[in-house]
Amino acid sequence: MAASSERSPPPFPDSEEPELLEDSDEGADAFTGTSISEMDSPSPDSTRPPKDIFNEPLEDIFSDPLSNINSEPQKKVDTKIPSPSSDEVVDLFSDPLDDDSEVISSPEVQNPMPDLLNEPVQAPKSDGSSKSSSVKKAASAELFGDEDEEDLFKELPKVVTKKPQPLGPPVDVFTEVKSDVKVKPQVKDDPTDLFTEEALTAPAPKPSASSSSSRTNGVHSEEHDLFSEATVELSLDSPRNDRKKKDAVKPSVSAPVAPVASSSSKAPSKTLEELEEEESEDTFDLNISVTNPEKVGDGMNAYMAYKVSTQTSLTMFRSKMFTVRRRFSDFLGLYEKLSEKHSQNGYIVPPPPEKSILGMTKVKVGKEDPSSAEFVERRRAALERYLQRVVSHPSLLQDPDVREFLEKEELPRAVSTQALSGAGFLKMLNKATDAVSKMTIKMNEQDVWFDEKIQDVENEEQHMRKLHIMVESLVNHRKELSGNTAVFAKSVAMLGSSEDNTALSRALSQLAEVEDRIEQIHQEKAANDFFTFSELLADYIRLLGAVKGCFDQRMKAWQRWQDAENMLQKKREAEAKLLWANKPDKLQQAKDEIAEWEAKVTQYEREFERISATVRKEVIRFDKEKARDFKRQIIKYLESLLNSQQQLIKYWEAFLPEAKAIA
Amino acid sequence: MEVSSAEAALSVSASSIRITDVTQDGDVLTFALTSQKLDSSAGVCVFRIYEDFDWLQQSLFSQENLPGLQGIIFPPLPSKALPSQSNTQTKALKQLGFLALGQDWQSYCKALEFYLQQVAAHPTLCKCKALDSFLFNSESPGKQRGRKGIFNRLSQAVEEMRKESHKDVDNFFQNERNKNTNLAALSKVATEKLLDVVMTEQKLALACGHFSTSLHLCVNQDDASAVAFSKVCLKLSDVIEAVKRNLEKVASNNLSTLGLGLDLESRYQEAEKEMLFRRTCKLIELETVKKGTEKAKANKREVLEAFQKAVEKEFNLISSVAKQEIERFHSSHVNVLKNFLIGWCEVQLNTAKEFAELYSQHLEACRNMYSE
Repeated sequence: MAASSERSPPPFPDSEEPELLEDSDEGADAFTGTSISEMDSPSPDSTRPPKDIFNEPLEDIFSDPLSNINSEPQKKVDTKIPSPSSDEVVDLFSDPLDDDSEVISSPEVQNPMPDLLNEPVQAPKSDGSSKSSSVKKAASAELFGDEDEEDLFKELPKVVTKKPQPLGPPVDVFTEVKSDVKVKPQVKDDPTDLFTEEALTAPAPKPSASSSSSRTNGVHSEEHDLFSEATVELSLDSPRNDRKKKDAVKPSVSAPVAPVASSSSKAPSKTLEELEEEESEDTFDLNISVTNPEKVGDGMNAYMAYKVSTQTSLTMFRSKMFTVRRRFSDFLGLYEKLSEKHSQNGYIVPPPPEKSILGMTKVKVGKEDPSSAEFVERRRAALERYLQRVVSHPSLLQDPDVREFLEKEELPRAVSTQALSGAGFLKMLNKATDAVSKMTIKMNEQDVWFDEKIQDVENEEQHMRKLHIMVESLVNHRKELSGNTAVFAKSVAMLGSSEDNTALSRALSQLAEVEDRIEQIHQEKAANDFFTFSELLADYIRLLGAVKGCFDQRMKAWQRWQDAENMLQKKREAEAKLLWANKPDKLQQAKDEIAEWEAKVTQYEREFERISATVRKEVIRFDKEKARDFKRQIIKYLESLLNSQQQLIKYWEAFLPEAKAIA
Repeated sequence: MEVSSAEAALSVSASSIRITDVTQDGDVLTFALTSQKLDSSAGVCVFRIYEDFDWLQQSLFSQENLPGLQGIIFPPLPSKALPSQSNTQTKALKQLGFLALGQDWQSYCKALEFYLQQVAAHPTLCKCKALDSFLFNSESPGKQRGRKGIFNRLSQAVEEMRKESHKDVDNFFQNERNKNTNLAALSKVATEKLLDVVMTEQKLALACGHFSTSLHLCVNQDDASAVAFSKVCLKLSDVIEAVKRNLEKVASNNLSTLGLGLDLESRYQEAEKEMLFRRTCKLIELETVKKGTEKAKANKREVLEAFQKAVEKEFNLISSVAKQEIERFHSSHVNVLKNFLIGWCEVQLNTAKEFAELYSQHLEACRNMYSE
């Protein structure tokens, strides 16, 4: 495929010139033209050189990473979305479970198919997994209707006809499809088989369905040869569009005219909406809160149960609001499941808070002492943040386990975490072997981006650790200050009580009260420092570990590929020897083996490229999320700072007349 | 203070006394003193070291032919600062408390300045010749070492325990002594606690400073997202820097107002205690003399009675002076504390307002970080 050459990410040392180049020569002018016109201004900024960007508003910077992704033609769609995060947001809204499941299921299945056809070698493994997982989805969760599965197979033959299509340059397909959809969604004389095919696939000439599926097509044609996960993700665009479409259609008066009007208006309006979503981050419509930590049971078998409440308007969930009770090991179990499924593909699976035997034992034995209350609150907040991170990841949200975790009343007891000491031992073993293999694998990094990024992550982790220590000491000093202030308040109160002069005595006891309040403020500030910074940094230290895990996965994939390459080399040599020795009987076998290994090499290479692309995308997403997360925390911090400062002002203002009243 | 009542005898205006500068030369701190005579507009500047202050204090203690001298509450002189000692910080803190804090001995100078003003404002003490020569004589008076005063603190400490609990004949003084003991202890504790608070504030400010600097480590300009994160980090660094400055300001406010006030208060309480103790000593002396007189034989009785009369007279004089002094002290200490409290409240209020403004600016900037 045309993409393969571009996909191995070209080295762009300073990542400005190459990006520009790539943008212009790969991103077919027609497309970029339309997309830019659709999205007003943000896209031109995205090609700006980084140096300038540093002085630019952050918004531009955030859209900039996308240009890296955009350099791959398949993803050109993304440019249409002004900010990188919005594509995740879009995904989140999609919902295989909702009533449109027929429409949705079709893109899901179509996806693996082209891959299968175009890349027969790769298909068995990579696509198999995703397919099986989607089948599993259907099978395991009773929530899924049977039709889902049926669709899966029904769709297959149809999709086969798509075979010739992907050979054409993807970008062309897209632009064509797109423009056609806009003007007249039902026209069939379009050269792209794909589109017509899809229009047929759509259950009825219902305007919304047809145009949405055609849109899906557009997405697909671009995503085709990309890894299966990504296609799943993108296919999720459709339900949302679909829904959106419906919303748009409903108010419009005449049904037949609707498709044209709504589809033409769709793109810009969507862009606008996404812009808004980007700016006001909180419109992300899935609120998860972990509340009411509660001790269940007694003695050493006791555990903490938390109330996990979800509030959402996403149609993938059965209701808008629901609550389940989960214990800590359930959270760990969720992580185990997710990391098993996703981390090998290069996804950054957010890690849960660590199990703390000491803290938990305290709680178990627990009288109500403040340190254990603090521990519980800290863990509650950490779990909440963990879940929020999971669901804000577009691919993880789609995982049936996540949904099950949020929705299902009773969850099978997480087994692996129960004997965590054993698991911990295994983990240690794994880590040790990883470390050994890391030492033995000397990957000569072809990709400058990765080379730098790995180094960056390494440095960043160190910095974060350092910062974490700083913040810890900050928090400790704050606590000390609050303690000292309390003692001072007490001694001032005593002084006031033994003072003869009534006015002075009164003023002093007022002062003691003021100091008491200030102590409260210090205490709040300490908690604030702790929860905004210390925990944030701790989270990110953990997350950076997950990022490193991604890099390791990529390295493993590379190693597999290299091994296969070596093997192929050996087989070829063997063949040459056979030729030389003139043994035709064994020659055929050798040739078969070579063919087999060639296939493997291509497959592994593809896998490596796929994982590289995923990791890259994930890391970019991670960086972006990180900056946004920190920004959000700073704002929160400043707000509370300002708040306490205003309280201080109030206290002082109240005290001043008292001081002046001393006669 | 009661400057007006002392004006007649006073040749210097108490409020014009200032310590304008301090220089450190090895172990010796030299203070530049300026003051203004009442009858001229020209200021006089002299240089004094701590020994000169000590000489002044001793001279005040040992004034002759001043009846009821022992009933006077002498303004407390801060103890000697030893700038260049090893482990200065902890030792100095123990010895001087608040006065060891602050940049360049500022608070120590303030305390000395306040001491001189108090002396000058005192209705009796301002008449002392030593004060005049201390303030205006360009030659250092401390060299001509005065004799050690009669009130040697060391010897006092030994007897203190025994005599302190001696029952007073006068209810007024008995009450005053009880209250004074109480207040002296409490104000000392309060001062120490406030000192702790200030120290912690300074530590916290330091920690903020470290944090703020470390945030610069995260700055990385490799690619766009890193730049974005760097920007966030730099912003946070600014914010933390602001928090740090706020803490420093609050700490120095505490130090320069309430801290000094409480320190002065606790030292003044000590001074009152010393005065009361001196009076108690006199009382004990009187009682011994009385006992002696009763036991004495007739031939000696007359002499002793005369002596007893003299002692009694002296004691009564001391008591009356002490009563005045105590009253004066009470009103002045309320005044002093009031001024410090008001000043403190005002600076803290200003600081709080100033930083609230700054924080809201930061907040605004943060919110606009993306949408600008």
